[in-house]
Amino acid sequence: MSGNNSATMAPLPKKKRYNKNLAVSRWTPYRYILPAFIVMALMVFYPLGYGIYLSMTDMSLATFKNPNFIGLGNYVKLFQEAAFLRTFGRTIVWTIVNVFFHVTIGLFLAVLLNRKLLGKGILRVLLIIPWAVPQYIVALTWRGMLNNQFGAINIFLQKIGFSAVPWLTNPSWTFVGAILTNIWLGFPFMMMISLGGLQSIDKEFYEAAEIDGASGIQQFRNITLPLLKPVLAPAIVLGTVWTFNMLNVILIIAGGFGNEKTQILVTEVYRLAFNFYRYGYAAAYSVVIFLILLIFGMTFMKRTQGLEEVR
Amino acid sequence: MENNQVRFRDSFKNRHFERNDSWLKIILIYLLLLIMCVVTVYPMLNILSVALRPADNLFQMNLQIVPDNYTLENFRRAIFEIDLLLWIRNSLIISILTAVIAVCFSASAGYAFSRYRFAGRKTGMMMFLVTQMFPGPMLLLPMYILLVKLGLVNQFLGLLVPYTATAVPFSVWMMKGYFDTIPKSLEESAYIDGASPFMTFYRIILPLAKPALAITFLFGFMSAWSEYIVAKVILTKPEVLTLPVGLVSMQGQFNTQWGVYSAAALITSIPVVILFISLSRYLVGGLTLGGVKG
Repeated sequence: MSGNNSATMAPLPKKKRYNKNLAVSRWTPYRYILPAFIVMALMVFYPLGYGIYLSMTDMSLATFKNPNFIGLGNYVKLFQEAAFLRTFGRTIVWTIVNVFFHVTIGLFLAVLLNRKLLGKGILRVLLIIPWAVPQYIVALTWRGMLNNQFGAINIFLQKIGFSAVPWLTNPSWTFVGAILTNIWLGFPFMMMISLGGLQSIDKEFYEAAEIDGASGIQQFRNITLPLLKPVLAPAIVLGTVWTFNMLNVILIIAGGFGNEKTQILVTEVYRLAFNFYRYGYAAAYSVVIFLILLIFGMTFMKRTQGLEEVR
Repeated sequence: MENNQVRFRDSFKNRHFERNDSWLKIILIYLLLLIMCVVTVYPMLNILSVALRPADNLFQMNLQIVPDNYTLENFRRAIFEIDLLLWIRNSLIISILTAVIAVCFSASAGYAFSRYRFAGRKTGMMMFLVTQMFPGPMLLLPMYILLVKLGLVNQFLGLLVPYTATAVPFSVWMMKGYFDTIPKSLEESAYIDGASPFMTFYRIILPLAKPALAITFLFGFMSAWSEYIVAKVILTKPEVLTLPVGLVSMQGQFNTQWGVYSAAALITSIPVVILFISLSRYLVGGLTLGGVKG
């Protein structure tokens, strides 16, 4: 084999590339990746391209067979719509509040669980339960617990002297209820990520800091947080994307698309496409969502340099 | 004597807790963790409580977990009177297939990303990461139209492909992270003994990656087992419904089905919770490696 082979074994010094094994050809790595790539192409890249095309047509139930190409018409209509901006604002609130609590609760619990503590194995198991239960069951259960009259949450609130909250009848409260549900759902992921990150931090850093007389909070700010960043940054991007696109919880807690005050952008896409059959317009909505997330993800990763880790 | 007791107490404390923590601090930590545990466990107990209530007493106004006149009637009805077993069968078929395919595809792709240097490697890895940014409905709509045109609506295959596609990217990153931790010298010595690259991968590396394979299987299985939106759009015929679609369809507003629904929800979630928890000790390692080592 000649020297222009680009496929070689990994741990080689940069300049001296050679094949360990004659059977490894230049195409070997591509053959390993091919199956995964085909699936991705079929179900992600194709729909992405098709979605962008769709967003420039007026496809609906009536024009399903031969949609007209209308260029950026859907986008113009979308940005003129006052409801779009309101929904966008609500989505931002939804995402920030959720991710903030996911990360703070998760990180806080992880710091506690990373200490020497009798029985922490059992505590950890109990704390990841929300991650293990299927999401739709969680949402349905919380819907039951949020019931104005018979739900556990209102009964509890009344027991400790508050008045009942109209969770499911007042749309604003429904939205708060959905946020509570989603916070409950999401913190174990951040907890496990943080826990993994914490365990990989060398104990010697803390011992040295202790000798220098650094307080617990100083140690957290100057050792824990910076060293957790490479683990947390991709997790926060993923968490933000997942929360931004959280359809299940809102749909189930609100019991459908009843009121605009409980909707976020993703539920709006779903409603436009599968309730009103306005496929072209819905596709424009989803392209906008994708661009928002892509820009956010890229800037966030760049700011925190999370992708530096990709060798 | 007294001295001995003090020493025993101290050694007990040092063995099980941080050396510098006061008892007050330890109690405070436990208190916080226990409160959070109550918060995480309670909704599950709430399902149990509803499932145990007799049909004429579903709406009780207290926080008791086990009702006074508890009954297993709801569990009996969940198993025999609704299509629960059919939904479980459908979901099992789809979930196991999804998990197996996801494991095969992501293990081989992850291995290539970890072991070989080739043109397009970085781009390829980024592509798998960026797929996570595509909003579900964005894919759902074109995918749905594609499946309609291919005639795959109401077919398991129509679910299998999107499910595999959602499970693969995250798994590729996880598998790659795990392979990175396996020393390359193992393969080199196998090559010297004349093993082909594939045999080396299959016989030597894969068996070493069992924890990561287990986690990938778990993720694939769980994502299919609890997926609701895609299934709701693609499946409409009663005989192909999966668990999530079936169960959500049961739960309208508060009605007498609520108890049966709760029993069914418990039956379907307890096995996954146990599976998840028993594999969770691999989880910390698996996720970190994927994150830290890139």
